[in-house]
Amino acid sequence: MERNETTEQRKRKVRVLVAKPGLDGHDRGARIIARAYRDAGFEVVYSGLHQSPEEIVQAAIQEDVDMVGLSSLAGAHMYLLPRVVELLRDKGAGDIVVCGGGIFPEEDIPKLKEAGIKEIFTPGTPLGEIVRWVEQHVEPRR
Amino acid sequence: MREERSEIAEKVTSGDIRTVAKLIRDIDDKVPEARESLKALYPFTGRAYVVGITGSPGVGKSTLVDQLVTHLRRREQTVGILAVDPTSPFSGGAILGDRVRMQRHSMDEGVFIRSMATRGHFGGLTQSTRSAIDVLDAMGKDYILVETVGVGQDEIDIVRSAHTTIIMLVPGMGDDIQALKAGILEVGDLFVVNKADREGADRTVNDLRMMIEMDENRYKDGWKPPIVTAQAVFDQGIGEILEAIEAHRAFLRASPERIAARQREKAKNDLTEMIKDQIITQLLAEVVNSGAFEEALTSIMDRTLDPYTACDSIVSKKIKSGTR
Repeated sequence: MERNETTEQRKRKVRVLVAKPGLDGHDRGARIIARAYRDAGFEVVYSGLHQSPEEIVQAAIQEDVDMVGLSSLAGAHMYLLPRVVELLRDKGAGDIVVCGGGIFPEEDIPKLKEAGIKEIFTPGTPLGEIVRWVEQHVEPRR
Repeated sequence: MREERSEIAEKVTSGDIRTVAKLIRDIDDKVPEARESLKALYPFTGRAYVVGITGSPGVGKSTLVDQLVTHLRRREQTVGILAVDPTSPFSGGAILGDRVRMQRHSMDEGVFIRSMATRGHFGGLTQSTRSAIDVLDAMGKDYILVETVGVGQDEIDIVRSAHTTIIMLVPGMGDDIQALKAGILEVGDLFVVNKADREGADRTVNDLRMMIEMDENRYKDGWKPPIVTAQAVFDQGIGEILEAIEAHRAFLRASPERIAARQREKAKNDLTEMIKDQIITQLLAEVVNSGAFEEALTSIMDRTLDPYTACDSIVSKKIKSGTR
């Protein structure tokens, strides 16, 4: 366990917001992802259930996260996920990466990516793979 | 550089949320430029009223903060919140979950909520948190609520940065009151016994009262910490807590000497901590990377030198070369 970090060695930490948009009330998946991120050394802000896209975007900006992970299991993803991307861009925070995780029909995935969702993780994706994706695609605060 | 400094200061003082959020991140990540911004912001600090909230995990700190915000907003006060959660000593990561209980304020423009991790610091309040208080202060927030990490016994750092420190307890921890006697219980300006519908609330209040009464000496300056019972989750007792905060504020204000003494204490603590930080990070790295250090290690392993002598000689040499 290395804990002798000095100022020079201290690297920027990845900060992630894990959020549950809409009326979907199941957050087991989101919590497991949050834990996996913590174990990967990220600082994870968890904002709880029933969040509107507006609230999520406000939290992402106040917390200055590098990425927003949106968990969606209830089928409203075609509105909620692109709306988060849109609002971030409106607020000049389009550099924050947005990802989705949960249950998505195959045919929706390309449309979501086109709307600016960087990646979609569906059931069965190993946690390690999701963590690795973040490490490779999310640069802690440029 | 100068231009940039004042530009950030201008954006912070005009309340630009993204600038504030990024600056706090830079402070936390120890980016050198952030220090420059803090220098430029310092003249704008010292206006906000800082309230620290501390207590064991699960006593209801986040819920109390959430309710206090609602009440303060009704009085048209703007609020900044810093909520600290622990960093994992194993991965360096953290789950910052205090926002969950405060989300209803996230759309309110008069409220700024920021979660922070301890990042390996003990004592409940990091240098970064102290600097973040300054940023929210310069941003123009009337009140700053600092929720410390809930570890329980020695998070007394907050006392030096807050004007009013609230210690939260819950009933049924009677024995803990004994255990905590020499820790945080000594530093409270106000005690909140939360979850007061639970059995044993009266006893907890009595135990606290007895502790305070027995400690006459400590409170001879005139402020005896009030004890308020609350059920934060049902919005009960919050008005009384706010009144107690205001009463303490008035008490501090009533005496210019008292304020000056407190400000001096805070300035002294801040500066000492800062110097300590800088000396440790700069000098320690130099010493550890020096030949003398390696030599000493070898000698210690041979048992031709003991670590105490080695330490004395390295430190005295370093101090001599440092003061030249």
